[in-house]
Amino acid sequence: MAFYVVQFLTGLASAASLFLVASGLSIIFGVTRIVNFAHGAFYMLGAYVAFTLTERFSGAFGFWGGIIVAALAVAAIGVLVEMVLLRRIYHSPELFQLLATFGLTLMVEDLVVLIWGPDDLVGRRAPGFKGAIEFFGQNIPSYDLFLIALGPVVLGVLWLLFQRTRWGVLVRAATQDRDMVAALGVNQKWLFTSVFALGVFLAALGGALQIPRDAVNHAMDLRVIVEVFVVVVIGGLGSIIGAFVAAVLVSELNAFGILIFPKISIILVFLVMAVVLIVRPWGLFGKPEAPARRTPGLTVNPWRPLTTNERLAAIAVLVVAAALPFVAGNYVLTVGSEIAIFVIFAVSLHFLMSVGGLASFGHAAYFGLGAYGVALLAKMAGLPMIACLLLGPLLGLLGAAVFGFFAVQLSGVYFAMLTLAFAQIVWSIAFQWVSVTGGDNGILGVWPEKWAASPSHFYWLSLGIAALAVVILRIIVFSPFGFALRATRDSPLRGEAIGINGKRIQWTAFVIAGTVAGLAGALFAYLKGSVFPDNMGISLSVDALVMVLLGGVETVSGAVVGAIVYKALNIWLVSQTDLSKLVLGGFVVLIVVAFPKGIVGTLEAFVHRRRKSSSSASSPLLTSRIESAE
Amino acid sequence: MSMVPTLLSVEGLTKSYGGVHAVRGVSFELRAGEILALIGPNGAGKSTCFDMLNGQNIPDSGRIRVLGAETTGKKPRVIWRMGVGRTFQIAATFPTMTVRENVQVALVSHGAQLFNLWASTARQARDEAGRLLDLVGMGAYAERPCGELAYGDVKRLELAIALANQPKLLLMDEPTAGMAPRERVELMRLTARIAREQSIGVLFTEHDMDVVFEHADRILVLNRGTLIAEGSPEEVRGNTQVRAIYLGEGLLYDARHREGASA
Ligand SMILES: Nc1ncnc2c1ncn2[C@@H]1O[C@H](COP(=O)(O)OP(=O)(O)OP(=O)(O)O)[C@@H](O)[C@H]1O
Ligand SMILES: [Mg+2]
Repeated sequence: MAFYVVQFLTGLASAASLFLVASGLSIIFGVTRIVNFAHGAFYMLGAYVAFTLTERFSGAFGFWGGIIVAALAVAAIGVLVEMVLLRRIYHSPELFQLLATFGLTLMVEDLVVLIWGPDDLVGRRAPGFKGAIEFFGQNIPSYDLFLIALGPVVLGVLWLLFQRTRWGVLVRAATQDRDMVAALGVNQKWLFTSVFALGVFLAALGGALQIPRDAVNHAMDLRVIVEVFVVVVIGGLGSIIGAFVAAVLVSELNAFGILIFPKISIILVFLVMAVVLIVRPWGLFGKPEAPARRTPGLTVNPWRPLTTNERLAAIAVLVVAAALPFVAGNYVLTVGSEIAIFVIFAVSLHFLMSVGGLASFGHAAYFGLGAYGVALLAKMAGLPMIACLLLGPLLGLLGAAVFGFFAVQLSGVYFAMLTLAFAQIVWSIAFQWVSVTGGDNGILGVWPEKWAASPSHFYWLSLGIAALAVVILRIIVFSPFGFALRATRDSPLRGEAIGINGKRIQWTAFVIAGTVAGLAGALFAYLKGSVFPDNMGISLSVDALVMVLLGGVETVSGAVVGAIVYKALNIWLVSQTDLSKLVLGGFVVLIVVAFPKGIVGTLEAFVHRRRKSSSSASSPLLTSRIESAE
Repeated sequence: MSMVPTLLSVEGLTKSYGGVHAVRGVSFELRAGEILALIGPNGAGKSTCFDMLNGQNIPDSGRIRVLGAETTGKKPRVIWRMGVGRTFQIAATFPTMTVRENVQVALVSHGAQLFNLWASTARQARDEAGRLLDLVGMGAYAERPCGELAYGDVKRLELAIALANQPKLLLMDEPTAGMAPRERVELMRLTARIAREQSIGVLFTEHDMDVVFEHADRILVLNRGTLIAEGSPEEVRGNTQVRAIYLGEGLLYDARHREGASA
């Protein structure tokens, strides 16, 4: 019995930090409508800065002062970020905001390693809370008791802040109706900045307070952000009390989940999240959101199938690509195969994102499931390669069918957070279920059979499948199903009013995208000869997002170009610098701020403008007639 | 008239939001080929009625039947398949598609082809879409991107979309809001003609009283969620209660209309 009580208290103590971070995220979202992906990075920065300060300054004052100063310093960095970056993207689509803040996260990860080194740092214990309290033969660290008390105190302080101060009233008003606050003559800019500062302060404080409990390391940002996303999905974005209740719930589920499913404790959290989503899609304390802003900017250029000439050009490009083995060496061919595989992966996400309007932040899950599907079939069942390639992706299909069912119940940022959380769950299963997946060591020795083993043969195989995937997805875009999917993306209301079951359509699209991603993963397993949990990691999901974005979200298959450019760049970059994340993150931020249409989108807009101006020059009569008709 | 079957029958429809009684005990019937206007000041509950009729919104209580079949609480897509089309107060179309494609989607849906992954939509129901667009006077705009249309044209497109499943009942929430006066009259004439030819029942709301009195066979007057009058245009015009709460503010119609259009 005492054991369970202690377990419960440990859970409560973990909830404190989680609550701080989640409430910060919620407050920022409530006012600015930005889901700050970089919140995990600020949490991590808080921990690192606090580590340095508490090591540098001794004594109780040094410790507690260090924690507070660290949180304040990180909040100052947050203010800088808000003024320089976020102010430029408040009116961008959600996807771009998520991506920009994710780019920041990547940059911070490399900067942290650069400054503090790659090793875990163990901080000192909190003065005054070094010991443990005995409870029926069990030990409870007294610092845990401090954290347990801290949670409700912070909740109370926040409540007072929002209920009793003028600033709080303004924030609440802005949460209800942003334009109204602007109309009241309040300086909206500074309101946003101060809200962001408070949110970041809470995140950094959460990180700093972890020092006595946990080692500080450069992966803690992603770990916490996934948990925080789970918390806000359960509690409801924008609700502080929701963040509190859900943080406690998730922490307790983790604490007791370990006892029930020691290997895959995260399953329990997932089950609870699934139930909450079915019963209350906007979380326990959340309010239904107004329909999400459309993910891609409004295209006024309707999509068209390729003309005959364009088709011939595409075939010519394919023929040239197929001739590569006659001129290139093995290394180039291996790189070529990898690029072809990533073309498949990118177009699968592009289909979901651009055609379906569903920006998944966890698409790598289905890539990885396809890879593991192949590895398991090849190693355990010993099936031939063709059978593995055909059956392996079915694991991706299965995963997409299960997770997609829940994910499409939501849209916009909720969809993004949920897909990310799902991917992380799949990742931790691959990581923790050592007996089946080999855990961190992965599954080795998944080599292609003789007929596909040479680099040129494997290249042709990958290229052929990539071409097939692109063509099939294009056909689907222009099929009745593709139209129904785009219709649902454009206006779910109108779609439903003409008999379209939007959720079912989106679910189907999710499954299609997951299966194609699984196919890419299956090929990838053979290319590398092995699979690892990282094949379903967050950074892979983001790679895919960047490829789509780089190609152009509003295009039919810009992702093809995006994948080729990005992957080639990435492979080159990794060989050139150790700071690839820093460069990559900067690159992501840059695209979002300066280049949101992507390569193909920019080209299309250019061609369109030229065509328009030349046609209006040749027939002024027609344009004037159209104008008068309007 | 009484030989014509009852198309829509509504009994005791009620909906409230917290303390606001948006719709209270509304009952009426609509016969095939009849054009019925539902009028009332802003916030009277007209849109809420429409939303309940097409399944967008679930009533607290009351019954809705279409051709005798219960539709209360059914999903919009199910009600659409029973032959109920609708247009929205703020027009809802698919802005990234061409005008023709907008109608094609509705036709494809009507033909139960939505899960067809292989065929080319371009060839599906092309002519049928063109015919519907011609019908609402949008034939010349068929290949234009819908996102570029003037608002009045979007409204006409919406009508074409709503006609795609050969509806028996058409629900039109402020079909002419945002249009120029001449366009308004044209659109309502067109709607009336289609309704008579195809024997479609039409329920519409409108702030423009000229349009209402010219086209409605019968008028329902809603005020604060309650029906306060019902009858022919002449009867409603003569009703003192209606005059008091509604027509008495007649001078404000235009101003209010402009508000509604910009909202
Ligand atoms: N989702 C909602 N939540 C709360 N109140 C609502 C909601 N929808 C409508 N109402 C309220 O119900 C009442 C009726 O609204 P409704 O939109 O049906 O009016 P209307 O007659 O269509 O007005 P208008 O002429 O402005 O379109 C109004 O008081 C409105 O504020
Ligand atoms: Mg209305």
